[in-house]
Amino acid sequence: MNSTTDNEARLKPMMLAALAGDQRAYRALLAELRTHLVRYYARRLNNPAAADDLVQETLMAIHTRRLTYDVTQPFTAWLHAIARYKLIDHFRRSKLRQTLPLEDDAAIFTADDAGAATARMDVDTVLATLPDRPATLIRQVKLEGSSIAEAAGRAGMSETAAKVAIHRGLKALAARFTGGAR
Amino acid sequence: MSDDLLYRLAAEAAPVSRNRLPLLLGLAVAVGAVIAMLVMIPWLGLRPDLMEATGTVIFWWKYTYTALFAAIALWATIRLARPGGSMRRPMVGLFALIAFAGALGIAQLVVMPPAMSYELVMGGTALLCPFYIVGLAVPVYAATALMMRRLAPTNLAAAGFAAGLLAGSAAAWVYAFHCGENGMPFLAIWYTTGILIAAGIGAILGRWALRW
Repeated sequence: MNSTTDNEARLKPMMLAALAGDQRAYRALLAELRTHLVRYYARRLNNPAAADDLVQETLMAIHTRRLTYDVTQPFTAWLHAIARYKLIDHFRRSKLRQTLPLEDDAAIFTADDAGAATARMDVDTVLATLPDRPATLIRQVKLEGSSIAEAAGRAGMSETAAKVAIHRGLKALAARFTGGAR
Repeated sequence: MSDDLLYRLAAEAAPVSRNRLPLLLGLAVAVGAVIAMLVMIPWLGLRPDLMEATGTVIFWWKYTYTALFAAIALWATIRLARPGGSMRRPMVGLFALIAFAGALGIAQLVVMPPAMSYELVMGGTALLCPFYIVGLAVPVYAATALMMRRLAPTNLAAAGFAAGLLAGSAAAWVYAFHCGENGMPFLAIWYTTGILIAAGIGAILGRWALRW
């Protein structure tokens, strides 16, 4: 394979001739660049169709933007900067497309949050049907994770009495919300 | 892919002059500056003492400072309109210019009586000045960015920064036809601030405005 310096020594005079208006030199240059670009993109993408598009796009860019080549600078550096820009641009665009399904997932998570909030409100409604004391005990022990001793202490009753109150309260709720048909 | 494309492109191989890119960018700035001037005159108006002021040093230093700023910014924009271009060398020139303007400002504060310091720094329009410069930079940035999209910037934020500097300094030059401030420190602080804000906005917009 040719080294970069060999490429530079061969391609730069062709580019200079092309910029002077030499169509044959330009035609030969573009053919060489195409070979070069096909290899460049094939090595970096595993999607032959996308690689082919990029080769064509890059050749077009080289043509329409050839006035941006500074003749005091190496030609291959200019060429690679354009090829690399097009490659990064391609990744950026395909990444953008890949994020769309992720946004759909986000919508599902949002719906789940709403579901949890609704469930929470249902629990509040249900507990409101009980007398205050057992309702508070059930909320503290079963929902907020307090120990029975803590909840009993806060309510000013013995642990055993608190256990009984919670048990009775849950039983009453179960009876009411399983349809009450027994 | 067929050879058709290659033949078609090769057939369009008109000669390209080495000066084409600098000329196109210079033209874009000129068009933008003319539009900024046409906006500025009915919006802000020329300074009433324009004729008398031509006898003062600050009058000419305002145009020199902003024109030198614009020249360095144009140099940076030309470099960044080419693939792989870097901002490093123009930045050195820019720092030197700002430092020189700052030194002039400090020298004036030292020479003049302290009672005048506030006036020399803040003038009467300190906070309006950067705002107007950024406003007048809009048409210049638009003209420059439209041209840049036809070129090949590869570092879009840096290219946007350079285009914003160019737009800001051209706008500041235009604004000097309205601005009646006479302090060297005022120029060094508020004109520079306006230009740098324009450059910052230009860098942020560059990522999509300059994409090709």
